[in-house]
Amino acid sequence: MRASIGGGRPRSRGQRTELFWALLFLSPWLVGFLIFTAGPMIASLVLSFMDYDVLNAPSWTGFENYMELFRDENVMQSLGNTFFYAALHVPLSMMIALGLASLLQRAGRRANLFRTTFYLPSITPAVAVGVLWFWLLNPQVGLVNRGLELIGIQGPGWTTDPAWIKPGIVLMSLWGLGNTVVIYYAALRNVPKELHDAAVVDGANSWQQFRYVTIPQISGVLFFTLIVGTIAALQLFAEVYTMYFRGQASGVSDEARFYIIYLFQQAFEFFRMGFASAMAWLLFVIILIITAIQIKFSKRWVYYEGETG
Amino acid sequence: MAVRQQGLDRSIGIGAPKTGEATATTPSPRKEGKSTSPWVAAALVGVSVLFLIPFLWLLAASLKVRSEVFGPELIPDPFAWSNYSQVWRIAPVLRWFFNSVLVGALAAGSVVISSALVAFGFAYFRFRGRGVLFGLVLATMMLPGAVTMIPTFLIWDYLGWTNTQVPLWAHNLFGSAFYTFMLRQFFLTIPRDLFEAARVDGANYLQVWWRIAMPLSKPALIVVALFEFKASWTDLLRPLIYLSDAAQFTLPLGLKTLLDQFGAHGIQAWELVLAASVISTIPMLVLFFIAQRHFVEGISTTGIK
Repeated sequence: MRASIGGGRPRSRGQRTELFWALLFLSPWLVGFLIFTAGPMIASLVLSFMDYDVLNAPSWTGFENYMELFRDENVMQSLGNTFFYAALHVPLSMMIALGLASLLQRAGRRANLFRTTFYLPSITPAVAVGVLWFWLLNPQVGLVNRGLELIGIQGPGWTTDPAWIKPGIVLMSLWGLGNTVVIYYAALRNVPKELHDAAVVDGANSWQQFRYVTIPQISGVLFFTLIVGTIAALQLFAEVYTMYFRGQASGVSDEARFYIIYLFQQAFEFFRMGFASAMAWLLFVIILIITAIQIKFSKRWVYYEGETG
Repeated sequence: MAVRQQGLDRSIGIGAPKTGEATATTPSPRKEGKSTSPWVAAALVGVSVLFLIPFLWLLAASLKVRSEVFGPELIPDPFAWSNYSQVWRIAPVLRWFFNSVLVGALAAGSVVISSALVAFGFAYFRFRGRGVLFGLVLATMMLPGAVTMIPTFLIWDYLGWTNTQVPLWAHNLFGSAFYTFMLRQFFLTIPRDLFEAARVDGANYLQVWWRIAMPLSKPALIVVALFEFKASWTDLLRPLIYLSDAAQFTLPLGLKTLLDQFGAHGIQAWELVLAASVISTIPMLVLFFIAQRHFVEGISTTGIK
């Protein structure tokens, strides 16, 4: 193949020209990587050991910012809030999305219509989602509690009771799980029918088929959404910021202060760039650790076929 | 958060164009055998209603008079169409709308071209260190946006481009890790002989990319453009960081300021805030319904290939 490209010219020269072209194609990424990824990473690491308020020259403070991370109750609480949210949102959205995708698979010709319906909330702008759900969750007039009332449940103070703020946010987030449904539905349709047929021949009931055929077959996709979903959940910002924050925090916002919200406030409201950089690196390390754990455990349940499709 | 949104988009990207739809034609015999059971149908309808009611309530509430905004009715009693004209008067909504369109188009256009260039570089050429470099591309997907957010702000600040819309999209000129990954996968499915044939006919590599690879990848490129447009359309964090002049705002930031001014902390004119929410949502829904057709077309061409 290579020979045909070279077209009779000396091989090494052909290779050199090709390397030149390869670098040309890669150049946007190479430049962007240096300017917008590698450079800022180094800068942010250096900043995390400094005090910097943009107006005055930065000053070296050693590990002070990192020590403060563990002294600042808001950091710890926002981290706790964020973990709480991720721990509920990720598994719940995966399970419900898988359930809905399975339903879609049995929906016949109308599956596309329902898929569209499920998908619509996830293209709604985050700020609009925040505004809308702030009122849907309102304890007195919100539709959520009115709905619960219909089935005889006295709904909690989703937006007023500190204990229910985060569950309310999880509920809001589940409205947006449509894109996961779309992914799972696509994955389910890729499971070879012969495998199900074979399982039926072996006497498997539908649960066993689901558990021992479907789940292993789509485990790669489940794993992918687990990783991506967790990383995204740890960075929740816009919806919650819209609902509960305006400049300085107010009211119930302690319970709604997620990690990125606090980071944003520190960086761009108090201009504590050094401290915020330290916060960013702590988050990065946390994400790396969680992802590493997920990858390690994935070997037990994620099934990779040599070749699919 | 940009990375956050990309994360969400990302997850769609994987499933939508390739794994699922490309093969959608194959398993069709499955659905012939079984007809939809009434239980499944009922469950689907029930869940759909739960998903749709918030939209209906939003639309209805945006058309109610102030005293009735928070009633449960899904049909406003007097229709207060004036809410919309009033939002139009109190805020430069049209301006924000065009800002959002402009920024979204620039973000989507630049990320498609740049990511496709880089993706072709990784898909076509074989050179030493390719694996390592591509691994690096993938690794950057895990990096939370917060890590680079502050130095990136300092760069734009140093260049004097804060309070312009440039920082909202210009980084897209340099490709995006996820879209690069996605498009590379797509390019790899195109038979290499097509590229080689063009080479034999005397095309250089840029021509091979632009005339062979790009047209054949239209469905994937459209998907990338749509996802990036959506990410840009809904982004709050970047505009919040970079924009301070209301004339520059995009819709999310405009809506947030309206909310703070007239909603929770303001005069409680919620009907206006809700009307603005509708205004920021509808273009996205319209785009989705228009593009869904393209989407399906794209999918069928992939299937034919």
